[in-house]
Amino acid sequence: MNVVLELDPLILARWQFGLTTLYHFLFVPLTLGMALLVAILQTAWVRTGKIKYLQLTKLFGKIFLINFAMGVVTGIVQEFQFGMNWSDYSRFVGDIFGAPLAIEGLLAFFLEATFIGLWIFGWDKLPKKVHLLTIWLTSIASIMSAYFILAANAFMQNPVGYKLNPERGRAELTDIGAVLTNPVALAQFPHTIFASVMFAACVVVAVAAWHLSRKQHVDTMRTALRFGLWTNIIGFVGTFFSGDSLGLVMTQTQPMKMAAAEGLYQTATGADASFSLFSIGTPDGAHEIFSVRIPYLLSFLSTHTFNGTVEGINDLQAEYTARYCGEDSLLTCPSDGSFTPIIWVTYWAFRWMIGLGVLAALVSVVGLWLTRKNRSVPQWAWKVAVWSAPIPLVASLVGWIFTEMGRQPWIVFGLMTTESGVSPGVTGLAVLISLVVFTLVYGALAVVEFKLITAAAKAGPPAIEEPEDGSDVDHAALTTVY
Amino acid sequence: MELQYIWFFIVGFLLIGYFVLDGFDFGVGMSIPFLSKDDTDRRQIINTIGPVWDLNETWLIVAGACLFAAFPEWYATMFSGFYLALLLILVALILRGVSFEYRHQGKGEKWTKWFDWFIVIGSFLPPLLWGTAFANLIQGVPMETMDNGGWLYTGTLFTLLNPYGLLGGLTVLLLCFTHGVVFVALKTDGDVRVRARALAVKSGLITILAAAAFLIWTIIQHLQSDTILLIVVFSALAAVVLIGAWLANFKGREGVAFTLHVFTFIFALGAIFLALFPNVMISSTDPAFSMSISGASSSAMTLEFMTWVAVCTLPLVLAYQAWTYWIFRKRVKRTDIVAAPVH
Ligand code: HDD
Ligand code: HEM
Ligand code: HEM
Repeated sequence: MNVVLELDPLILARWQFGLTTLYHFLFVPLTLGMALLVAILQTAWVRTGKIKYLQLTKLFGKIFLINFAMGVVTGIVQEFQFGMNWSDYSRFVGDIFGAPLAIEGLLAFFLEATFIGLWIFGWDKLPKKVHLLTIWLTSIASIMSAYFILAANAFMQNPVGYKLNPERGRAELTDIGAVLTNPVALAQFPHTIFASVMFAACVVVAVAAWHLSRKQHVDTMRTALRFGLWTNIIGFVGTFFSGDSLGLVMTQTQPMKMAAAEGLYQTATGADASFSLFSIGTPDGAHEIFSVRIPYLLSFLSTHTFNGTVEGINDLQAEYTARYCGEDSLLTCPSDGSFTPIIWVTYWAFRWMIGLGVLAALVSVVGLWLTRKNRSVPQWAWKVAVWSAPIPLVASLVGWIFTEMGRQPWIVFGLMTTESGVSPGVTGLAVLISLVVFTLVYGALAVVEFKLITAAAKAGPPAIEEPEDGSDVDHAALTTVY
Repeated sequence: MELQYIWFFIVGFLLIGYFVLDGFDFGVGMSIPFLSKDDTDRRQIINTIGPVWDLNETWLIVAGACLFAAFPEWYATMFSGFYLALLLILVALILRGVSFEYRHQGKGEKWTKWFDWFIVIGSFLPPLLWGTAFANLIQGVPMETMDNGGWLYTGTLFTLLNPYGLLGGLTVLLLCFTHGVVFVALKTDGDVRVRARALAVKSGLITILAAAAFLIWTIIQHLQSDTILLIVVFSALAAVVLIGAWLANFKGREGVAFTLHVFTFIFALGAIFLALFPNVMISSTDPAFSMSISGASSSAMTLEFMTWVAVCTLPLVLAYQAWTYWIFRKRVKRTDIVAAPVH
């Protein structure tokens, strides 16, 4: 019984929320990226009439749908979790934070859920071009939904467009335009979308490589392979440049996060503001034993100049203590007085995100080189292509771990600490139950979904007869049911 | 009229939309073991809601998000208070949602059986729990105010499981069940349709009994309320259309029966919202602790902006959703199922 009483609702709520949110984001990138790629493939079919595009639309459409189901059901949890686990946070920021979520639902989720049904079951019921429109609307809706949720998240990173109402004890909206054009959201949005495109592209490459290494569906899969490789590289370029502007914005809005990303304790300028590629130090990161450093790079990442100054953790800690731990700063002063996130997490998450992204792009560049002009490709290269599929997904996940853990101890930067946002009435036991239940259910479903996707991928594109008289494929014959 | 009250209405509208639409999905899911003899039957039944169950469920998500935006206090207090009940609902919705998609993707009968049970259980729990939760809202739950101006639910999961709450849950469950069975009758042909019509006659009778008991109990509880006249009128209307729906189904007029069922939901839930008004959560600890519409709501600025968004988007949403139902208006025939490949 003692154990039960000592369960800390805060720690459990953070684990539970982090776990379910990361889990939701396992499926989101593939939904975002694959809807777009399927829409492009179907457009190619409608415009050229070539059967291979139709086959690829059907194959990747199926993978998309298996994944989509998980995105939807885990998203429902997200929508209610703020109230369940973070009710004091919800009442403190609901006035502002709720609005983008509600717009997301009204504008994006309704659109997406409706048109995806039309796309799946409408092959025989809609004219060809209208049916094409339904997948485009699905893709556009999912991308819009990403924007609004990121705008909500951006408010937590960089609150704008609000005033504090001491009477009601909450933040209130003053400028919705500012909330929806938060510079953090504007940078996060392309970064997240391009990163998602990278993952979808790598899945396309992996499926194509698997079949090509077995010399199956060669013509169709070669098209898919080249399409995926190029898309991945385009995705990387977009992720790179938007990541660069995200770094700038982040340094301005949350200097502590940048300092923590580098483990930079002392404020540094110019050549001293170096970026360490790799380092070994004491576990708390405060003392370095060995590191490989590039001078000036941190200065450039944070300010786009070579002689910029990057504030260190020690200075920031002192500055924040003075500013946020005054007399009536109930919501803004962490109980342990520390404004520093866990350094080893932010340090390594930042590096893994960038490193894995670069790695995925390199794989694609090499892939393009190896597969130029119908050369024969060694078996190991196909293996690499198949196994590198998850790389961009892992990069995205650690990117989020960096973003969210780097924000700590804040739940809303400068306004409220995470510990003061937790639900006051919810017992540790209740949160523990939900943590265990979600872990079990989610774990089982992850296995199921992975099996189904690999089975669909291995089954390959459906056999679709090309009409001999050169006429169009019978649209009605493409229809499917549950 | 103040914006808060308009938003009470909009949130009510979204929740009624949710129960009307996902209500028949739940009923369809629950009725599978009663209406099917083989796998083709089951697929025929599931395909009646195939293209629409996701958009129907989205009404819940939008209602939840609008609740957050317009009534953050209500959102925060109710969802943290009803924590474990909500957890059960979420797990049910997760299992049910993936099952529609996955049941036919795997190999073997066992696989399909598992997911069929998830559909049944996942369709059974949410209406039962939502009904219980809403009945408790209007009956009152132990609740206090806190120093920071917010409200705190002080009960547990078991506080919600009182006779009136459970009767509310049972009523919503049965309403959804019959609603779904009538929908199956309306959207299928052959044996499944015949069985559905017969089942709806039986389940309809039980539904009428439960609903009558619940509405009468509600009226008795709210005799002192300012809105008692309207509550009585709405309850009476709900009773009339529910009986009408039963008669229509009995006579084989499935379309009429289904439409009247929709109105049953509108009137019955309307009565519930009237019983809440002008509060959103009633405190059984002390009426002074009840959460009023204005106490729960967002600032005027947020509400005004949200009103614009809702006014601009909702008509469009209703239009394209109606169009979808029109596209998929045909009955799902056994022959369609046998002929078409699974996606
Ligand atoms: C394939 C995935 C991927 C790749 C290759 C990169 N990122 Fe990234 N990054 C993400 C996926 C991601 C992400 C998961 O999508 C995040 C989490 C939050 C966000 O908006 O995007 C993110 C966050 C994120 C943040 C934190 C923003 C904040 O906390 O406010 C910064 C500063 C960068 N990224 C910068 C970069 C740079 C300079 C990259 C150089 C190539 C880079 N990212 C590659
Ligand atoms: C889908 C991508 C996202 C991932 C992977 C993610 C991940 C995480 C993780 C790991 C935590 C735990 C941090 C900690 O407790 O140390 C967290 C916290 C949190 N995140 Fe996110 N997050 C994502 C997006 C969002 C978005 C879009 C929002 C808001 C709209 C959001 C709101 C929150 C909140 C409220 C918390 C809890 C408070 C806290 O611990 O700071 N997250 N998230
Ligand atoms: C923690 C905050 C988040 C919340 C509250 C949330 C909410 C939701 C909900 C309710 C759904 C289901 C929608 C449906 O039924 O159609 C969903 C799905 C989805 N979410 Fe999230 N989400 C969060 C984080 C994210 C992030 C960070 C992204 C992208 C950058 C994202 C993108 C998506 C996508 C693409 C889907 C797929 C399906 C759909 O839109 O219907 N979500 N999310």
